[in-house]
Amino acid sequence: MLGKLTWSAIPFDQPIPLVAGGVVIVALLAVLIWVVVKGHLPYLWREWITSVDHKRIGVMYVLLASVMFLRGGSDAILMRIQQAIAYQSQGYLPPEHYNQIFSAHGTIMIFFVAMPFVIGLMNLVVPLQLGVRDVAFPTLNSVGFWLTATGALLVNLSLVIGEFARTGWLAFPPLSGLVYSPGVGVDYYAWSLQISGVGTLVAGINLVTTVLKLRTRGMNYLRMPMFCWTTLASSLLMVAAFPILTATLAMLLLDRYLGFHFFTNEAGGNVMIFMNLIWAWGHPEVYILVLPAFGIFSEVVSTFSGKPLFGYRSMVLATMAICVISFMVWLHHFFTMGAGPDVNAIFGIASMIIAIPTGVKIYNWLFTMYGGRIRFTTPMLWSVGFMVTFIIGGLTGVLVAVPPADFILHNSMFLVAHFHNVIIGGVLFGAFAGFTYWFPKAFGFRLDERWGKAAFWCTFIGFYVTFIPLYAAGMLGMTRRMQHYDVAVWRPWMIVAVIGMAILTMAVVCQVVQLVVSIRNRESLRDRTGDPWDGRSLEWATSSPPPVFNFAISPDVRGEDAYWEMKAKARQQQFAHAQPEYQDIEMPRNSPTGFVCAFFASIMGFALIWHIWWMVILGLIGAWATFVVFAWRDHDEYVIPAADVARIDRANIEERRNLVSLAGSV
Amino acid sequence: MAIAATAGHGHGHGDPHHIGLVIEHPGPAPKRVVTGFGFWIFLLSDIVMFSCFFAAYAVLLGQTADGPKGAELFDQRNVAIETVCLLLSSFTCGMASIAADVRNRLWFYLAMAATGVLGLIFLALEFREFAALVARGAGPTRSAFLTAFFTLVGCHGLHVTAGILWLLTMMAQVFAKGFRADIMRRLLCFALFWHALDIIWVAVFSVVYLLGSTP
Repeated sequence: MLGKLTWSAIPFDQPIPLVAGGVVIVALLAVLIWVVVKGHLPYLWREWITSVDHKRIGVMYVLLASVMFLRGGSDAILMRIQQAIAYQSQGYLPPEHYNQIFSAHGTIMIFFVAMPFVIGLMNLVVPLQLGVRDVAFPTLNSVGFWLTATGALLVNLSLVIGEFARTGWLAFPPLSGLVYSPGVGVDYYAWSLQISGVGTLVAGINLVTTVLKLRTRGMNYLRMPMFCWTTLASSLLMVAAFPILTATLAMLLLDRYLGFHFFTNEAGGNVMIFMNLIWAWGHPEVYILVLPAFGIFSEVVSTFSGKPLFGYRSMVLATMAICVISFMVWLHHFFTMGAGPDVNAIFGIASMIIAIPTGVKIYNWLFTMYGGRIRFTTPMLWSVGFMVTFIIGGLTGVLVAVPPADFILHNSMFLVAHFHNVIIGGVLFGAFAGFTYWFPKAFGFRLDERWGKAAFWCTFIGFYVTFIPLYAAGMLGMTRRMQHYDVAVWRPWMIVAVIGMAILTMAVVCQVVQLVVSIRNRESLRDRTGDPWDGRSLEWATSSPPPVFNFAISPDVRGEDAYWEMKAKARQQQFAHAQPEYQDIEMPRNSPTGFVCAFFASIMGFALIWHIWWMVILGLIGAWATFVVFAWRDHDEYVIPAADVARIDRANIEERRNLVSLAGSV
Repeated sequence: MAIAATAGHGHGHGDPHHIGLVIEHPGPAPKRVVTGFGFWIFLLSDIVMFSCFFAAYAVLLGQTADGPKGAELFDQRNVAIETVCLLLSSFTCGMASIAADVRNRLWFYLAMAATGVLGLIFLALEFREFAALVARGAGPTRSAFLTAFFTLVGCHGLHVTAGILWLLTMMAQVFAKGFRADIMRRLLCFALFWHALDIIWVAVFSVVYLLGSTP
């Protein structure tokens, strides 16, 4: 009846996951009860859960990423403490638990923090920057988000029911095969990624179509803000790479569930297929994450330097070059696995070549700042911090791209330090820069600068204190994923790293305090004009938060830095005849399809993990029925009358006029 | 949809890179274009997924673990009939699209029904082939080669199954709602999907059954 699920699945004998899971459940219940008692549930259902508004979905993505960031960060703290004390001792985490923690940390940070964070920002910003009313497929957008949330739910469920994978974040076979991992850990891993992978694919298709087909009038390709270009490149990579992940995990699951022989040691299976396929997805994935971050830095640097982006066209070229070359370097992840010197050399050279367009970008940002009137706000600090940190990470990357060097450093702590250096220094700094930069657009008030800067400095210093020691330990021969060790020279570095971890924890505290303080002081931080930073692209041309239809009148773009020009023109003409003719606007109706679909997907995923076959069929039928019901409805749009549009828009125009005349008088 | 071409001097004033002639982007594309385009992107991603299974098949082709090889297993006549069914169904699917374009319900239902029946015959033949292989001990767990074979061909079969479910849903939608604009967009996507399955089958036929039966 319940497949493999019994009471023994709940880890009563392991206090750490049990307590952690218990705390999470109590916190969730408390939030739920508070929502219900306060009567917020109908509002949440109507305005958020069923929303197909790209801005709301973007905010929910970022919220999901932030919550999962706390979970992934807790795992990191546990690991650092373990390695600091596990010198010639077992530490406090038994091996099977430690292995789950580092697997969960990697899986969560990539799939459920970095991915939803950048997808959320792209969702929120790209339609605004393109001057359009929504993404190409609003309801699918909601489906994509909720499927991602389903994946996150399943990963967290493994904390209290059963176990998570002990195989590392990419679950290499044969270790992840049924023979060596008979438990449900790998199944939790694979099914949560399969389900959230569908969500990511949907998001990718949606964003590619939006950028290529839904630009406002005059928004030629070479007038798009840089963030739109990097979104396009990143979404193209999602569309091209995520199907590979789906296929690879499907093969692994077939091996595990039906006794197939893709990656087994018997009957002619070949694990190198898995290695090649998973990294043919895995390397583009890195660029899926970091390209949007590059876009964010481009926006931030140009806005806060008060200059157009230097070398816009070279930036576009560099972005698209990275997009293509990222598919030609995957083998550098396993130089040591016997491809031979010729193949290794080719992939080594390709890996070094990809550093060139990245270098182009760095110079472009520097030249954008050069001669500019720079304002060192929090987003700008993140950007400058990124440039310094990412260069170090990039240089160590070029170092390990040399096959002979890689033979020594492969799977060492040096590698761990390298990819944290690029992912924290690149993606995370970018995500935080974008978060602070676009927060006023999403919520209508700015974030507190003092706490934001404190968060930046703690992260910046904490990052170096944590990860430079890992470089050193790697050079001293320490391999990754060690539950304990007996080499005395590694110990001091592990202790320094745990101090760095403490500083990083303070940074997270600063972020939380920043949010609380800003919400409390929101009236004094209010952004009345919709353009708090003196921005250059179209998202600043509408109010903060924007109305559901984004723009009362679709903008007509005449050049790069569209909004900058509009402002210049408006200053000249003093809004002389700014009485536009408003028209009715058709907007997509909200729909519970995404939520209901994800509900059935959760049931199906859970049932698949525990081999509860009747429940699998139930979930499948439910998901299919949801789509048929969705397809059956007759009215998927509603009309906002011109009078309402006019009323909403005039208030904002008034605020803007005040701003322009103020600026004009100064 | 007119593309306004204006002399760069006046219109493209803010564009520092303009070279005399600026083609103004006309604004968001119509819904039909957007939907079709998005679905094309999906199909491309689906083809990427298939390419992984093709790659696995190519690598594992020789890994028969002392079991039967493709040449001993594949029945070319059966595969030929399957191919004819699918190619014909692509033709009837095209007929259905034309019937929908001219709003002819009778021909639409006839052509869709023919498409569905041909698809079902294809599935039945494939099922029979699979069952026969399993019965003679050449199931997917026998060797890595058969694992890759069953996965690749079965994945295509699953797509055809989903296609038939979609086909029935579309017939029901046209029956209940007629040739509305949104229904027409879905029909466009369905037709794209069905033709894409054909293209993938051509690759399956060539790579799996023709190349795979060389002794």
